[in-house]
Amino acid sequence: MRYLVPLLLFLGLGVLLFSGLGKDTRYVPSPLIDKPAAAYTLPELRDPAQTIDSKQFSGKPYLLNVWGSWCVACQEEHPVLLDYAKSKKIPLVGLNWKDENDTALRWLAALGDPYDAIPVDADGKVAIDYGVYGAPETFLIDANGVIRFKQVGPMTREIIAKEIEPRLAAMGVK
Amino acid sequence: MLRILWMLAFVLVASIAQAIDPLPFANEAEEQRFQALARELRCLVCQNQNIADSDAGLAKDLRNEVFAMIRAGKSDDEIKQFLTERYGDFVLYRPPFKGTTLVLWVGPILILIVGFAIARKMMLRGGPHPDLPGPIDDQVER
Repeated sequence: MRYLVPLLLFLGLGVLLFSGLGKDTRYVPSPLIDKPAAAYTLPELRDPAQTIDSKQFSGKPYLLNVWGSWCVACQEEHPVLLDYAKSKKIPLVGLNWKDENDTALRWLAALGDPYDAIPVDADGKVAIDYGVYGAPETFLIDANGVIRFKQVGPMTREIIAKEIEPRLAAMGVK
Repeated sequence: MLRILWMLAFVLVASIAQAIDPLPFANEAEEQRFQALARELRCLVCQNQNIADSDAGLAKDLRNEVFAMIRAGKSDDEIKQFLTERYGDFVLYRPPFKGTTLVLWVGPILILIVGFAIARKMMLRGGPHPDLPGPIDDQVER
């Protein structure tokens, strides 16, 4: 009985500290889930004379991938994106974040270009509107322009299977 | 001794030095307001720094954004709201008091109270052990 209180305190503290172990402290939950995605008008990387308006994607779900040629983890996820783009299931938009146009184009030429559209966010203002804090980040945006899911860090086949596909199925995309 | 004083002087000067890139402030009041605000906002890339201290690209973008909002006549609360809408309460070094942050605010006070209660109970528990001799000055007087 004498040791009950200290024991309980110890166990409580143990549980608290243990729950913190293995947690990714860099992960910040986004408050933007289930909120409308910010609108933007930006130049297209592959043809700067052309502008991309975020409204042109409405009516159909799509993925918005935030990337940069300076970003090592983007290189890591790139084969997954190339693979997924081949399925032609939903459009893949690649927001080119804080990059140089010529290095970005060289990067795509070397590694392959999976994107249906590449808006260029050179000063990072649009990325702030999306709460982006590190590339790569990938948003699933539904037909009404609402953010439904956000992946921080490289996209993987498991995340596509576990997080993206079920949500697309619920939206009626086959 | 002189050497230590010199070192202290350098440390003080370094702590006075302000955020990295110079922004075109209109006056000192505006600069002070900006610096106070930037110190309250967390850099999300290097999480244990505020955006005033951080050299990360995103911190620089956020500083520019905060500066632009100050220029646009936004209040401190409006600027903080703009950032929490995008990055969540985590961006604030002083998160608001609400359901999800309750443990953060009340927890330490609660633990302190419980600690005091336990300490008090232990200190007041029982008198001197019956087998022990009485206090020393009692014995001397006898």
